[in-house]
Parts: sequence; structure tokens; C-alpha cells
Amino acid sequence: MASSVLAPVQERGRAALEQLGLPNRRQEPWRLTDLKRLEAVSALPASSSPLPTSLPASLKGVTRMVINGFDDPLAGQVLPEGITALNAEELEQALGHTLDRCGCAQVWPVEFNHAKAQQILALRVRGRVGPLELVLAAGAGLNATRVLLLVEEKAELELMQVLLAEGASAHSHLLEVHLGQEAQLRHGVLATADGASSLMAHLAVEQEPRSSYSLTSVVQGWNLGRLEPRVVQVDGQAQTVLKGLAVTGADQQLATHTAVRFDGPEGELDQLQKCLAGGRSHAIFNGAINVPRDAQRTNAAQLSRNLLLSDRARVDTKPELEIVADDVRCAHGATVSQLQDDELFYLQSRGIAAAEATALLLRGACQEVIAQLPAAAQVWRPLERVMESLAS
Amino acid sequence: MIRPDAELLLDIQDLHASVEDKPILKGVNLQVRAGEVHAVMGRNGSGKSTLSKVLAGHPAYRVTGGTVRYRGQDLFELEPEERARLGVFLGFQYPVEIPGVSNLEFLRVSTNARREKQGEEELDTFAFEDHVHDKLKVVQMDPAFLERSVNEGFSGGEKKRNEILQMALLEPVVAILDETDSGLDIDALRIVAGGVNQLATEDNATLLITHYQRLLDEITPDYVHVMAAGRILRTGGRELALELEQTGYDWVDQELAAQGAA
Ligand SMILES: Nc1ncnc2c1ncn2[C@@H]1O[C@H](COP(=O)(O)OP(=O)(O)OP(=O)(O)O)[C@@H](O)[C@H]1O
Ligand SMILES: [Mg+2]
Repeated sequence: MASSVLAPVQERGRAALEQLGLPNRRQEPWRLTDLKRLEAVSALPASSSPLPTSLPASLKGVTRMVINGFDDPLAGQVLPEGITALNAEELEQALGHTLDRCGCAQVWPVEFNHAKAQQILALRVRGRVGPLELVLAAGAGLNATRVLLLVEEKAELELMQVLLAEGASAHSHLLEVHLGQEAQLRHGVLATADGASSLMAHLAVEQEPRSSYSLTSVVQGWNLGRLEPRVVQVDGQAQTVLKGLAVTGADQQLATHTAVRFDGPEGELDQLQKCLAGGRSHAIFNGAINVPRDAQRTNAAQLSRNLLLSDRARVDTKPELEIVADDVRCAHGATVSQLQDDELFYLQSRGIAAAEATALLLRGACQEVIAQLPAAAQVWRPLERVMESLAS
Repeated sequence: MIRPDAELLLDIQDLHASVEDKPILKGVNLQVRAGEVHAVMGRNGSGKSTLSKVLAGHPAYRVTGGTVRYRGQDLFELEPEERARLGVFLGFQYPVEIPGVSNLEFLRVSTNARREKQGEEELDTFAFEDHVHDKLKVVQMDPAFLERSVNEGFSGGEKKRNEILQMALLEPVVAILDETDSGLDIDALRIVAGGVNQLATEDNATLLITHYQRLLDEITPDYVHVMAAGRILRTGGRELALELEQTGYDWVDQELAAQGAA
């Protein structure tokens, strides 16, 4: 759809990539990245077949759309009441607005997506809309997908995004969301793979005053994974909630780079990022919070809690607070720990075997985030997926 | 109730244990028979909780000497979970908070682990709900606590009630209650003590670690032991606890000094 609109974007993206080259370790956001894997991703041919595995039926009442980067996702699709597709003119006007506002130009995964995505799903949401599920899945190769959402003033949407991959494949995903005044978006992301595929997902969200955005992300099983949620409260006075769970095993590397900026007063942020790292894996969290001078009375809290499940796993966690306004509450904290002996012993002293006690504790640690996913996530059994990957 | 011919449940002989290479227990001797209630008292830091954790199998404590037999079996050959399944119960002085793990689920898994060992059928979610509601009455606990994470955000007294609820569910053979009375208000103390009394039979035994006579007013001990410097320094009947109320622990220093000189 609307590939004519995308043509100039692709051109710009290709030019930007040419100019930027591949990221290198001297660049702070890529300092810890395994660049060989990134190079492999950038060399993948575009995917042209659907995911071989069949999908579970969606939850009753949920509208599902499957996006693979080559079929038209709107073909034969009945959109729920309140959701309409943007026409070419509207799209041209809206496209890239949020990216500019969020400062995403020259960000490598964004330009990469610009260069690669052949189509875009662009939707407008009005009023209270039934839950929507976007499944992003394709067979071998690079699956470049792009979605744009305009959530109008006072509109409410529950959006579940599922990113799936198997084998030698990768996702490049770019999401732009504009939330009008008093709009509400409850957003879930479940990105799950089998350890061989890679993920680069950039989520740019622009919030007008009194809007509320809540993102729950569960990311697990990527050879090289990168999730980049960026939120800008354009005039402050909005609510942002970010809850993230990143699970790594084997030799996987998964980076979560979040950035929240308050371009006005009285904004709120409640953020929890959890990483569970096993095997020889490497989990990275970078949490930027930007509170400029006119963002007085901002109230932000960021907590990063990390669990090392093996001696060879590694976690790097870094808050990046830039606070210029003086009347601000900004709490942050980070912990890296192992499973607590005392917790394990307590369970064992009640007859629960060590292995089962460990599983109970891990379930508990994951559940804190997973329980926040929209209801549509159920059919994907997120907790079971994560627990299975931890057991293997 | 003292019956010399009752089964010897717990037989502790010359037990030594260290934590981080620091010796804490230095020769504990104690025999507990079925039907008995023992009180263990003693100053802060004398080793009471260490004894309880060694018996339950906490990995931080290393046994460096002596033996403990539980119903004739070498206790230290058993993993902590195996001890629990066989009926050793430790009510923690500081119950552990476990965020994200539902109390109900935890209680069910643990109850079933013990039941399986006793040859009883596993309780499914529904059967367990009925079962646990019966047991809640023992400690007069609000069912709302079942829906919360294990001990998370529970007040001190609520945590202790949750411990006794677990005891009621697990039906232990030897229950070691480490300061279950501390942090309880007067009513809660009666309720918890009443629960412990209800659960006591002639086939099981209770080891109460406490600092206060007020618990022993509610649960009458057959024996009172005073621990000092990692050993049991003196053993008597319930009158010893009353005596301690009067004299305090000053005599302990004299006795230890005298023993050291000897
Ligand atoms: N895990 C540990 N690490 C270091 N020292 C410990 C540990 N556990 C116990 N100890 C030390 O062992 C000694 C005995 O402690 P314990 O907890 O057994 O005393 P207690 O008799 O239960 O005291 P209280 O009446 O205060 O509960 C103390 O000096 C304590 O500091
Ligand atoms: Mg103690």
C-alpha cells in the first residue's frame, strides 16, 4: 500500500545508510553491540514467504492483522469500527512527523527501516476501539515492516503487537504513534524467537497533553535483539508507563534502549525494566530520561532490575538522566542480582525441590511484567514461552 | 506431655556448625520425643536461629561436627526439601518475601509435596481452595492474603500467621518455631498459640524458640532449655522460664566463666 509515498523515503534512507555506514563501537549506543551480527542482518535479502508455522487463533473479540512486508495487510481485512486506513494524501502529511519530533533522524535502525520497508500500514483511530492485534511474521530473510497510528483526541485503543521469527531471518520494524489530547493507548509487544533470528524494533511515540501511553514489552530468544522505544511528551502533562522484560539465553545479545523526553511540565513516567540473562548471553539496558528547563514538576521513576542466571551471563544497565528543570521528582535505581539463596531456601524448606523452586521464582520475576500485557497476548502463552526458553 | 517410651523424633548429639568459617554452634545436645513441647531460650546471638536453620538445611550453615538423627535417619543426608516432606518444619524468625509468586500457589505446591510423601492424593486447585479455607480458621486469617504474593508487604504479625498457616497445611512431625511470638499483638499471640496447641498431638513435637514467658503461658512447655555461646547451658521444666523472668541471664556469664576456667 502507498508505495508511491514511501519511494522518496526509501531513497533518503538509502542515502542516510550510505553516509552513516554500519554503526561502530566508538558510537555510544552501539558500544556493546556485537557488530558482526548486525552486519549479517544488514546483508539479509528481503523475505518473500510467510512464516511456515501456523498461528494460534486470536482471542475472541480481537481483530488480527498479519503483516509480512510483502502482502497487503489490508486486503480482505475488515477493520474494527473506529479504525480507518489513511489515504495517500493523509499519509504524506503524517509520515515521519513523530519521528522528527522524537529525534529519530540518523538513528541507524530507523534509516535502515526507511531503506528497506516496501509498504506501510497507516491507521487512524477514533473513539473507543475494540482490541487490535498486529502479528508481524515472515519466513527466511529480512522482514521490514512499518506501521503508523494516529490515535485521535480522546480515542482509546488496546494494541497487541506480536513479532515472530524462525531461523535465518530478521525483523526491522518501525512504529510511529501519535496520541492526541486525552487519547489512551495500551500497547503490548511480544517479540519472541528461537535464538537464531534477529530483531531491530524502533517505537516512536508522540504524546499530546493528558494522553496516556502504556507499553509492556516482552522480548525473548533473539540472536541479536534491539528494542528502542522513544517517547516524547510534546507539552508534558501526559502519562507514560514502560514495563519491559528482556530474557536472554545461550549466546544471545539483547539491548533495550529507551528514551523519554518531557517537552513541557507535569509529565509522568513510571518505568520498570527487567532482564533475565542466562547462558553466556548479554542483556543491555540503557534508559534515557530527558527533563529540559520548562519541564517543571515532572514526576519520573525508573527502575532496572536484573537477574543473572549463570556465571557467564552479563548484564549492562545504565540510566541516562538529563535533568535541567529544578522542581522535578526523578527516582531511579538499578540492581543486578542472582536468585536469592534465602528465597530458594524458604521454598525448599516447604518441600519444594530446588529446580521447582527456581522455576517458581523465575515465573514470579517474569509475571510482574507479563501480567501487564493486554488480554490478546494470552493466546501466545507468553509466560510459558519464556519459561521454556529459560529451562532449555 | 512426657512419655519416656514415646518415639525419639529428634536426636541431636554434640552438634557443631559454622557460618562463613565462624563457629556458632559448639556442641548442642538435645533429644525430642513425640508428644513433647520444648522451649529454647537464650540471649540474642546465642545461636538459636542458627540451630533451627541447620536443622532445616540452610546452605549458608556448615555442619562441622556431631550428628542429628530424625526418626532414626541421618538428617544431614537429606536435602532441605526432603526434610520438609518428611515432616520437619521451620517457622522462620524472618519469613522471606517472594514477589510475583502467589501465596495460594505456593501453599498448594508445598502442601502437595508433603502429601505425596505421606501417600496422600494430590489436591487440585479446587480441592486445595476448600482445604486451605479450613486451615485459615486455625489462625483466623483473612482469605485475601491467599491472593497476594508470598509475604510481600505483609506486616510482621501477618507473616507469622502465614507461617502457622503453612504449619497447619504441612502437618509436621517436628515443628521448630523461631520467635513466632515476636511482633504479635496480644490477640494475635493468643490466636497463634491456640493454633499451635490445636496442631499438637501425641505423635508430633514442637520446639519453640522464644524470649518471652507470655508465649509459654499459652503453650505449656515440657522442657525449657537455655542456650548460650552455641550450646545448651541448662535444661529444666517450665519453672526455669519463670526463673529467667526474675533473674535474667547474668548467671549465664558466671557459668560460662566457671566452665572456661575448669
Ligand atoms: N548468615 C550469617 N552470617 C554471619 N553471621 C551469622 C549468620 N547467621 C548467624 N550469624 C551469627 O551467629 C550468631 C548466632 O546468631 P543466631 O541468629 O543464631 O542468634 P539467635 O540466638 O537466634 O539470636 P536472636 O535472639 O537475636 O534471634 C550471631 O553472632 C550472628 O551474628
Ligand atoms: Mg534468632
